[in-house]
Formats: sequence, C-alpha cells, structure tokens
Amino acid sequence: MSGGGPAGTGGGAEAGTGGGAGREGGGGMPVQPSSSRLVGTLGLLSVVAGVAIVLVHAWAQPRIEAHQREELRLAIEEVLGEPQRYETRWIRDGRLLDSLPAGADSSAASPVYAGFDANGRLVGYAIPGQKAGYQDVVRLIFGYDPDAGKVLGMKVLESKETPGLGAKITSDSAFIHGFDGVEAPIEGVKHPARDAHQVDMITGATISSTTVISIINDRLEAVGPVLSKAGTRTATAAGSPGADAPRTAAAAGPGPRAAGPGQGGGER
Amino acid sequence: MSEKSGGDIFLRGVWEENPVLIQILGLCPTLAVTNTVENAVAMALATAFVLVGSSGLVSLVRRIIPDQVRISAYILIIATFVTVVDLLMAAVAPSASKALGPFVPLIVVNCMILGRAEAFASKNPFFPSILDAAGTSSGFAVALLMMGGVRELLGSGSLLGLHVLPGSWEPWVIMILPPGGFLTLGVILMGLSWWWRRGQKADETARPRRWPHGVREPEERAA
Repeated sequence: MSGGGPAGTGGGAEAGTGGGAGREGGGGMPVQPSSSRLVGTLGLLSVVAGVAIVLVHAWAQPRIEAHQREELRLAIEEVLGEPQRYETRWIRDGRLLDSLPAGADSSAASPVYAGFDANGRLVGYAIPGQKAGYQDVVRLIFGYDPDAGKVLGMKVLESKETPGLGAKITSDSAFIHGFDGVEAPIEGVKHPARDAHQVDMITGATISSTTVISIINDRLEAVGPVLSKAGTRTATAAGSPGADAPRTAAAAGPGPRAAGPGQGGGER
Repeated sequence: MSEKSGGDIFLRGVWEENPVLIQILGLCPTLAVTNTVENAVAMALATAFVLVGSSGLVSLVRRIIPDQVRISAYILIIATFVTVVDLLMAAVAPSASKALGPFVPLIVVNCMILGRAEAFASKNPFFPSILDAAGTSSGFAVALLMMGGVRELLGSGSLLGLHVLPGSWEPWVIMILPPGGFLTLGVILMGLSWWWRRGQKADETARPRRWPHGVREPEERAA
C-alpha cells in the first residue's frame, strides 16, 4: 500500500467483486477508508445487533421456558393417566430424594415426577429418558407403577426420526398405546403381542421402535429398584402433608432440556 | 432500474426472477422443509421476515458502510434478524419452531437473502428495497407452497393436515423423504421450462431463461 497504490487496489477490488450490476464504481467513494473506520463500523453494528438480540431474548426466554414446562406437564399427565397433581423428585446415588439439597450438582441427579390421585395416593412415576435413535436422539417420558411393575404409558417428547417411517413412534397410536399396562422388562415383537411383556413394533421402523423400548428398559433397570423400594414410603409421606397443601401440579421441575444431561449416566 | 415502478420491482421477484424457480437459489430450505404445507408456510414467513428486515436495514445504512466491509456488515445484519426470528418463533409458535428444527438458524446462509442485499438493497432507496425483498419473499413462498402442496398431497394424502385423498390412497412415503424433494423440484422445473419454451421462436429456445438481474450474458462477459 504505497505511493499510488491505494487508488489502484481500490479499483481492482471493485472490478473483482464486479457482479457488474452497475456498482457506482470507485469514483465517488473515498479512496481507502482507514482501518479504524472499518473496525469501528463493524464494531458499532455488532453492538447494535447484540443489544437487539439481548432485548428479544429477554422477552422470548420466559415464554420459551413456559412452553417447555407446559409441554412437560401435558406429557406427564398423559403418561400417568391424568393424575390429580404431580411433584418432582430426584434420583441420586441410588436414592429417591424429595428435593435436591441446595447447591447440589443437578447433573448427577435425574428427575422423576411422582403423580398422585385425588386421595393423595401414588399413581406412579413419570420417568424421562433419552438415547440415540436412527437419526438423532430420541427423548421420551413414560409412566411407571413400581408396585405393579407396569408401564402406564409412553410419550415421545422429541425425535427427528425419518418422516413416514421412524417418525411413527410419535404418531402411531397402536404402537404408543401398546405400552399402556405392559410389564417390564419390555420385549419388542413383530407379530401380535402375546404376553404382558410384549409390545408390537412398527413395520419399517425397527430401529426407532427398538430405541423406544430400550430407553424404557434401560431407565427401569437404573431407577426401577429405587422406585420400588421408595414407592410405599413416598405414598404415605406425601399422603398426609399433601392434604393440607394441595399444590395442583405446581411442582413442575426444570424444563425438559435442563433435564436432559441428567439421564446420560443411566444409559449404556 | 430506478425508472421501474414499485409494482414491477415486486412482481419481478415473484415471477420473472423467482429466487427458486428461476435463479435456483435457496434450495436447502426448499428441499428440506417442504414435506408439509404447514412447514412450507412457516419457513416462507420466517424467511420473509429476515429478507424484508435485512433488505430495509441494508438500504438504510448503505451509505455509511464502507465498501470493504459491506459483506461482513450484511451478514451481521442478516444473522441478527435470523436470531430474532428464531427466538420469536420458539416463543410464539413452538410447534412450528420444533418442526423446522435447524432450518430456521440456517436461514442466515440462504444466499437468496445476501443476494438481494448485495444486488439490490445496497444500491437502492428504502422503499424499493422493501418492495424488492417482499417480491422475492413472495416468490420464495410460491415455490415452497408448490413443493409443499405436491409433497404433502402425494406423501401423506393430506393438505394442511386435513385428509383430502380417499382412505384407499396409499401415501408415497418417498415424497416426504429427501428424495421426494429432489423429484418434486425437478418435475416442477421441467414443467416450467417446457411452459417457457412453448410458443417461443426456434432461435430463442437455446436461451429460454432471462439471466437474473445484474448477470451479464456469457459473451458480454468475455468481451
């Protein structure tokens, strides 16, 4: 960039970018704006853009979280068969906790949602889980009755399985309702399910169906014994204080995304 | 170009220089999210918001952005609008946001948008730029709706989620899978090309399409 250079470079750059289209040419423009002007312009633009995004984010984030909580609440109610209310519990180190100690590392614990009927009796637990499917991670939640050892219902929360094939795990009602009342451990079969452990898989979606089944089996293997042990204790404990504090489905835990990493440990 | 009326500027983007059907730009969303009409509508609206917003803003700041950093500046403006629309969709229309998945953030690399900023908005006043962006957005929407309509009808037997084909219709699953997108786009482009050539004189058929605005003929470029 010496001597008569700048004008020449400017013109060259102009011709180089030439989509043609009649850019006004180098004529009217300053020969070579200083670097500080270039950096300053971009810096100023970045600040404006940053502020705009922060403002929109501040407005949108509570709404996005509300949607996620609502989605989780509907899913819990669906898989537990419309419980009167539910509470978030945590499983950590093989024990069921009513709440996490303040400041505890929530990534070492996984949430389950205990549902109660109108009499304050435990209906079952809604247990989230996830695992890699055919395309991407499948996230689901299922209801489990530890006393009977039965799955109460299953709902896929998030999946990117192949449209028309694997995606049926979210829409095929025969498959979804196949999980209502099935006994753990679940076995996927191709012909009409015969015994209480079997579920019909979806034709053309073997991997996605198997993923759903193995998520449930893996999670039950990890938390089933914990829940069976704690089942009666929780039911009685929640029965008496629950009566004078009828929090109707108030204790919605963290959003489903926040719950995500917690399940990592149980899956292998 | 300044003699063109607003209507011409708008209509040029819709038809004569349709971003997808003529310029073959923005194919990634065109192929990826058009397996239902609903997704096509959501994508068209999100893209329109980004395109109109960024073209307007680029036009307003066109005199204060030094030429050397203009592309960076345009990308910054476009990326800001994309982030905003992504957040807004997640807050207002969570199901649409979930269905489109990563394709909303990917609007930022839709070359159609940078194309309009560079080819039109950076050289024209605010209102023509808005009209140009609105026209291009409408053209994009037309193309997405054509794709979405065909693919949802054949692939799911429905339109906007309502079953319109009889129950005996066996859906062509391939139409809602990626290959269906390529097939549909190919057939649509083939049909348009045929329609274009029809009625043209023989010596014009060698060059059935007008080049996009600002692109010169190959022989002119060589000269």
